[in-house]
Amino acid sequence: MKAISDPKSKPPSGLSADPVQRDLLRLITCGSVDDGKSTLIGRLLLDCGAVFEDRRQALERDSKVVGTTGDALDAALLLDGLQAEREQGITIDVGYHHFATPRRRFIIADTPGHLHYTRNMVTGASNADLAVLLVDAGKEMLEQTQRHSFICALLGIRDIILAVNKMDLVNFEESVFNRIRDVFARFSASLHFRSVVAIPTSAVQGDNVTRRSERMAWYDGPTLLAQLEAVEINPDAPQRPFRMPVQWVNRPDAAFRGYAGTVASGELRPGDEVLVSRTNVRTRIERIVSMDGDLARVGAGDAVTVLLADDIDVSRGDVLATPDKPLQVADAFACDLVWMSEAPLLPGRSYLLKCGSRTVGATVTTLKYRVDVANFAHLAARQLELNEIAYVNIATVEPIAVDPYQENRTTGGFVLIDRLTNETVGAGMIRFGLNRSANIHHADFDVTKAARAQLNGQRPIILWFTGLSGAGKSAIANLLERKLYALGKRTYLLDGDNVRQGLNRDLGFTEADRVENVRRVAETAKLFVDAGLITLVALISPFRAERRMARAIVAEGEFVEIFVDTPVEICEQRDPKGLYRKARRGEFRNFTGIDSPYERPENSELTLDTSAESAEQLADRIVQYLRRRGALD
Amino acid sequence: MSVMTHLPADLHRLEAEAIFILREVVAECRKPVMLYSIGKDSSVMLHLARKAFYPAKLPFPLLHVDTTWKFRDMIRFRDETAERLGLELIVHVNRAGVEQGINPIQHGSAAYTGVMKTDALKQALTAHGFDAAFGGARRDEELSRSKERVFSFRSKNHVWDPRNQRPELWNVFNCRIAPGESIRVFPLSNWTELDVWRYIEYEDIPVVPLYLAARRSVVRRGGNLIMVDDARLPIGADEVVQEVAVRFRTLGCYPLTGAIESSATTVGDIVRELETASTSERQGRLIDFDQAGSMERKKREGYF
Repeated sequence: MKAISDPKSKPPSGLSADPVQRDLLRLITCGSVDDGKSTLIGRLLLDCGAVFEDRRQALERDSKVVGTTGDALDAALLLDGLQAEREQGITIDVGYHHFATPRRRFIIADTPGHLHYTRNMVTGASNADLAVLLVDAGKEMLEQTQRHSFICALLGIRDIILAVNKMDLVNFEESVFNRIRDVFARFSASLHFRSVVAIPTSAVQGDNVTRRSERMAWYDGPTLLAQLEAVEINPDAPQRPFRMPVQWVNRPDAAFRGYAGTVASGELRPGDEVLVSRTNVRTRIERIVSMDGDLARVGAGDAVTVLLADDIDVSRGDVLATPDKPLQVADAFACDLVWMSEAPLLPGRSYLLKCGSRTVGATVTTLKYRVDVANFAHLAARQLELNEIAYVNIATVEPIAVDPYQENRTTGGFVLIDRLTNETVGAGMIRFGLNRSANIHHADFDVTKAARAQLNGQRPIILWFTGLSGAGKSAIANLLERKLYALGKRTYLLDGDNVRQGLNRDLGFTEADRVENVRRVAETAKLFVDAGLITLVALISPFRAERRMARAIVAEGEFVEIFVDTPVEICEQRDPKGLYRKARRGEFRNFTGIDSPYERPENSELTLDTSAESAEQLADRIVQYLRRRGALD
Repeated sequence: MSVMTHLPADLHRLEAEAIFILREVVAECRKPVMLYSIGKDSSVMLHLARKAFYPAKLPFPLLHVDTTWKFRDMIRFRDETAERLGLELIVHVNRAGVEQGINPIQHGSAAYTGVMKTDALKQALTAHGFDAAFGGARRDEELSRSKERVFSFRSKNHVWDPRNQRPELWNVFNCRIAPGESIRVFPLSNWTELDVWRYIEYEDIPVVPLYLAARRSVVRRGGNLIMVDDARLPIGADEVVQEVAVRFRTLGCYPLTGAIESSATTVGDIVRELETASTSERQGRLIDFDQAGSMERKKREGYF
């Protein structure tokens, strides 16, 4: 049954005052509570009628009790729910507030707090069309404003309103406003904003927020609200080329095969030719299907389902694009990266990269420099900490189709995800593809791994011993190699200490260097397996992520993880190299088990208990294990 | 440039955003479900889902947690909707709660909601092994929801850890979870109450008739108008059952849901009424006021 009786043909009732083309502007406000940011937002909400009467009454009560504005309404208290929750330690990255005028509706992303400010602001700015930068008229232009401007530019915000607030504290003095406006213009010139409009405001009384200030008659520009209503949203959108990441393949029956996705840019009509970015195959749009009937034209932001003229291979993660301006397809990229996790970014570690609807394995191969956002200086860095921003090269395990971020946020922006915790750890903005895949080809030779293995009369395999320093890895590996040699098997033992004297002589013991250390050993072991050898690796290899990577780069069944499980107390008692004593005395840092973590294996093929059996017995157990697997046949 | 629709630009954008979220979850999650509360937000969410996957059937079932105290009109509407659209509907009741006789009249709204809604929801999600559940919550409903994520992650015990939320950038949602964990997803995050009604009007979406004004039997209780929906509601000696033209802005368990006096008999009237409305929608919800910071606490415990 239907509760609505209005016939569909009739124009919706009650909406006569509702302008059909009222659009939506998303903005971000940047500044601290001290600049009067909460007051400014509260003022916009109040003056635009976005606050219901019951909340307004509560605000009146609260203003009298705890407000800072005497008997007047303290607009800042409207946003106080956030404050309370911040005190409870709840992570708030962004708060969203809605208000509307007859011409436009607005969603404000408000990013509170000083802690994690960069991460929060980047999140809020990622979807914003415009930024309101708040500065306190009574203060010098702060480093903070430079920081905000930099992040806005990085995230692709092209329109800026500089709200010079608290003008009441400088007697509404024109010269103060002019000086701040000019300083901002000078330092922001390098950031190439499309528009910067400076407005003198006093949010407490609402001067130049929603109504013109009589006390600043010298100012003849727009009020804040007038500028928010006037700014053009995405003026260059119509010229952008068509892109649509395929999100979901719609196959209700064998006869229908639709591709669902949201148009990232450009327009699409039935009959248009499109290119599938991954396969480089061209086809034509046959229909654009919707529950309300077929559509004649769709544009950016529309969620659509299309049917293609040809029966070709298209799946989630592919991008449909206009053939005369295709995306770049590459497996290495130069990009800006913002780090969002407490655990540092380690070059060489494998993360998941999600761009549009595509998720692939990815590694930061080069950390070119870190940016000091306070003065835009470039600094050297070996790893990246929470809230730091860097310019990096990233390699993906498969080629993906991308655009430069400044041309298209959807096909140029990505997040990095930690493989173990599933945490979103980084946000990236692609500058350009490095086309490494186009320049470096994998050469195939006639003598294969299988042929070499056959000649050796064995199955090549990696036996990866992991465990604490002093656990007995090298001792057991040594005995095992002797036994295998006696059986006529061809082997090689890569030992952590030995490798560090040659191949990895340039690496230290920081987390970043440990990751690189394991990566190089894993790649070397892979080459030895390719050569047909049984390869023993004795390496602390403390992190699950790298052990997983070492397993992932060789074929299924070629990697055996052997956990030499000796408690740290026993390792420390044995201390064959005297390292625990030195670490305890503080002679060196980052010693695994003392002040650097060891992540225990969760699914190792073998776990060896050195307190229950001798090294000899344990080595025999491994030989038996290899026989059972047929690795020695 | 959006070009395809009879909808106003802002509603069109909200619609597309919600459809994107619905599709993303279906593409990435193993076993999603839609929490269907029968209310206006659920009606809109269901309509959006039909659009998102058209011409396919909904690729997930609907789950209604029935407290046994819903308005009779709601249950009728639920069953008719499922029938009309050919939906797979799962109705779950916390049987243990029913056997213990837990009810909103004797046990207070906090204890009752905990057992019959929160516990019941957790039971159903665990029993069916759902790893993602769509909910109709909006950020404008309450201040504490203004910074709610679109994707809200829950531990194995369905607990929300507000200290461990994922940043949401662009429209790139990280849907990855470990076995046993689950996600609550809110496709209507950016909608307001007025948007919901405007959309219902433009798209001609059926809603429970209780949203529209009619003369109904009510009692005045603690500043609220409580409808006498069945004989289980005790009427005090000093209370008078009156026939008043009322409607509901939100629907839930009838003894806990206050009506407002209204003459809005069409969806168009509601839109007009809201455009000049002076009180926020949750005022009629008794459960929001039962404890300080109550919504926050309910969310952490697993309530929507």
